Amino acid sequence: MLTKRIIPCLDVKDGRVVKGVNFVNLRDAGDPVELASIYDREGADELVFLDISASYEGRATMVEVVKQTAGEISIPFTVGGGISQVEDMTRILRAGADKVGINTAAVNNPQLISDGARRFGSQCIVVAVDAKYNEDWQEWEVYTHGGRNATGIRALEWIKRAESLGAGEILLTSMDADGTKDGFDIALTRAVSSEVTIPVIASGGAGTKEHFHDVFTEGKADAGLAATIFHYKELTIEDVKQHLRERGVEMR
Amino acid sequence: MITVIDYGMGNLHSVSKAVERLGSDVTVTSDPEQILSSAGAILPGVGAFGDAMRNLTETGLKDTVLQYARSGKPMLGICLGMQLLFSESEEYGHHQGLNLLPGKVVKFQGDYKIPHMGWNRLQFRQQSPILDGLEEGYVYFVHSFHVQVESDSHLIATTDYHQPVTAVVGHQNLYGMQFHPEKSGELGMQLLRNFLEMAKTEPVQA
Repeated sequence: MLTKRIIPCLDVKDGRVVKGVNFVNLRDAGDPVELASIYDREGADELVFLDISASYEGRATMVEVVKQTAGEISIPFTVGGGISQVEDMTRILRAGADKVGINTAAVNNPQLISDGARRFGSQCIVVAVDAKYNEDWQEWEVYTHGGRNATGIRALEWIKRAESLGAGEILLTSMDADGTKDGFDIALTRAVSSEVTIPVIASGGAGTKEHFHDVFTEGKADAGLAATIFHYKELTIEDVKQHLRERGVEMR
Repeated sequence: MITVIDYGMGNLHSVSKAVERLGSDVTVTSDPEQILSSAGAILPGVGAFGDAMRNLTETGLKDTVLQYARSGKPMLGICLGMQLLFSESEEYGHHQGLNLLPGKVVKFQGDYKIPHMGWNRLQFRQQSPILDGLEEGYVYFVHSFHVQVESDSHLIATTDYHQPVTAVVGHQNLYGMQFHPEKSGELGMQLLRNFLEMAKTEPVQA
């Protein structure tokens, strides 16, 4: 049976990991390649790098990070952030990433999804969606630009459209749950996962082992993504996996 | 020397890096002479079956691959590269494959998530040098089409995704893996290592 996946996410700016990372025995807490290797050894099923560099130079540095990471780890990894055209995808995938994540650029230009899928295959194209509950609509709205801009687009409609355009996977971040450590947004995740036939990665809100169990069972997610709890060693990947195995969820 | 055959499809970087990490010399190349003189060849592939066959034919590498297969030296098809070893595919139309192994590539069909994406467990079906010293475990799959082998004698390992799915095939010097060994953690690296070991020994007499 296909296992559920646990995915740590690293925010990278100008080639350095930002947000706190609290591992012992690190030569350099800011080195994304070293951290990627550690997560690989600790049993991560996949990794996500989010490039939050604002400059051209920062983006160019990311390509170097991707090259080095591809040479070091033996699990798949996705790179998102700043990818706005097919050429950006080419650069990142050639450097050795397995998938690219697109968010704002896909909303602005949905054809980017189909162009990317046709060129590299759907399995390479992860559409990342930041969603927030809109009380007036009684459903979720898509936000872009790192959650700063409301788009007026309904999340479920957008995600179905992304799937039909050739997205291979959805990276779904709940802006309501993100940073709370109160658990993943089960209602949102379940709603999305029931609408599409492609895998859904749930993101935002992980605080305990049980939260992963909830999002896989009730939320019907295929993968769970987290940053802070892993970086600060509040939980190790093996802790989470062991707990899930005990609760009958298949893990690698 | 190991060659990774570059016919314009797929992620060549991670395969060659993985081989390099295992201590073998490796070149990514589309040069027939270099491929034919190498001790082991890897046929990678990500993308569509029809495009891949067209690229192989147009570059002339199809003949190189067929010739290599007859050489008795180990050849490994990965993902789409494995599917290409078979007779035919129904991916977006009907396409002839390399026909080195009898069998057909068909689409997953059912009320479940497609592609089959993620870590799934290998079940070993028969002994093979490619499995030497290994235990069943998880490897990373990404595919929407899968191979129906004509002869179970070619089936070395399967996985379960709503049905038994062909995961490792082998016949004489030819091997194929539907998953990505270079992305499959320690077990994937061990499978590649076994393949590289074969490249160090004498060619299999066909």
